[in-house]
Amino acid sequence: MSNKEWPLWEVFIRSKQGLNHKHVGSLRAADAEMAVSNARDVYTRRSEGVSIWVVESSHVHASHPTDADALFEPAHSKVYRHPTFYDVPEGIEHM
Amino acid sequence: MKELDINELERRFQEKIDKDIKIEPNDWMPDNYRQTLIRQISQHAHSEIVGMLPEGNWITRAPNLRRKAVLLAKVQDEAGHGLYLYSATETLGADREDTIDDLHSGKAKYSSIFNYPTLSWADMGAIGWLVDGAAIMNQVPLCRCSYGPYARAMVRVCKEESFHQRQGYEIMTTLANGTPEQKAMAQDALNRFWWPALMMFGPSDKDSKHTAQSMAWKIKRQTNDELRQQMVDITVPQAELIGLTVPDPDLKWNEERGHYDFGEINWDEFWNVVKGNGPCNKERVEARRKAKENGAWVREAANAYAAKQKMKKAS
Ligand SMILES: [Fe+2]
Ligand SMILES: [Fe+2]
Repeated sequence: MSNKEWPLWEVFIRSKQGLNHKHVGSLRAADAEMAVSNARDVYTRRSEGVSIWVVESSHVHASHPTDADALFEPAHSKVYRHPTFYDVPEGIEHM
Repeated sequence: MKELDINELERRFQEKIDKDIKIEPNDWMPDNYRQTLIRQISQHAHSEIVGMLPEGNWITRAPNLRRKAVLLAKVQDEAGHGLYLYSATETLGADREDTIDDLHSGKAKYSSIFNYPTLSWADMGAIGWLVDGAAIMNQVPLCRCSYGPYARAMVRVCKEESFHQRQGYEIMTTLANGTPEQKAMAQDALNRFWWPALMMFGPSDKDSKHTAQSMAWKIKRQTNDELRQQMVDITVPQAELIGLTVPDPDLKWNEERGHYDFGEINWDEFWNVVKGNGPCNKERVEARRKAKENGAWVREAANAYAAKQKMKKAS
């Protein structure tokens, strides 16, 4: 008996127009169409969404946690990328 | 990357936990932490799925359409809870099918409460009120669990659970305000489910071998006995309000402690049901096993269909 497990899919939901799709979880389905319809049943039973994306989990490429320092640490020292870094004269408006 | 020794990795791991930084799937974690989580989350998933059976038993016999729609929605939610949780075990590297087969072989456990039969419609009330009530009490602290995917699943679950408890209490209230026979049904359901509901929090702290480590890892945030006491304190006034009597002759408000004192749990019964000798253990596992076997052709057909569609698209 071919008991091949259905592939795993990551589910992204847009909760309302104007907002981006957000990862909500995963599920198993034989194909994309089934993944969308399962996602509807599993993740939107209470009107949580107006749009669904599904992506096969094996197609997601992620940064590795051990690389986090190398990737994200450099930004910490670049405070001049934020407006609060700059001195402006007292009383200045609209800036 | 330089190799870190295991002690250093463990020290850093615990430091993150102590600072309430969540652990995510690809982060380094001690093997025991992973195994403990897989065991706990899969047991939790199995409980959601097996928990559909005692209530499913009454869907076709709900007393009216409103109750039927509500019960259907509740049981469907429990299926969803099971799925969120199986997904969470997969983020830890557990194989979905193995996890389910462990339930069917009896290797994995699930909450003992679901090994009790549902004899009357009033049991739908008692289960929603007490069983979902106890489940909420267990699950609310788990929303702060150190493992990200489990904590996030619990947030969803807790949001959905609150109607489960209310619909159960509503059934109990309606019966308690009904004819003497209806009130007796409600009382009988409370009598049968009260003690098993208190057992849902697990063995007493002094006999719970996993508690200390799970607390240190923030997988567990409150002990079994603390949660059980909370359950009693909250539920007793709810029973009184609708004129039902909690079946415990030792139940008494303790002014000094600010809590109810309550009788000793029958631990022999608890362990006996855990070991598989409850009234419905065999029936429950058998129903799950059959569901898997009888659904095999559907899963295969879906695979074949998906393969065919893929080929069509490619050509
Ligand atoms: Fe649930
Ligand atoms: Fe529930």
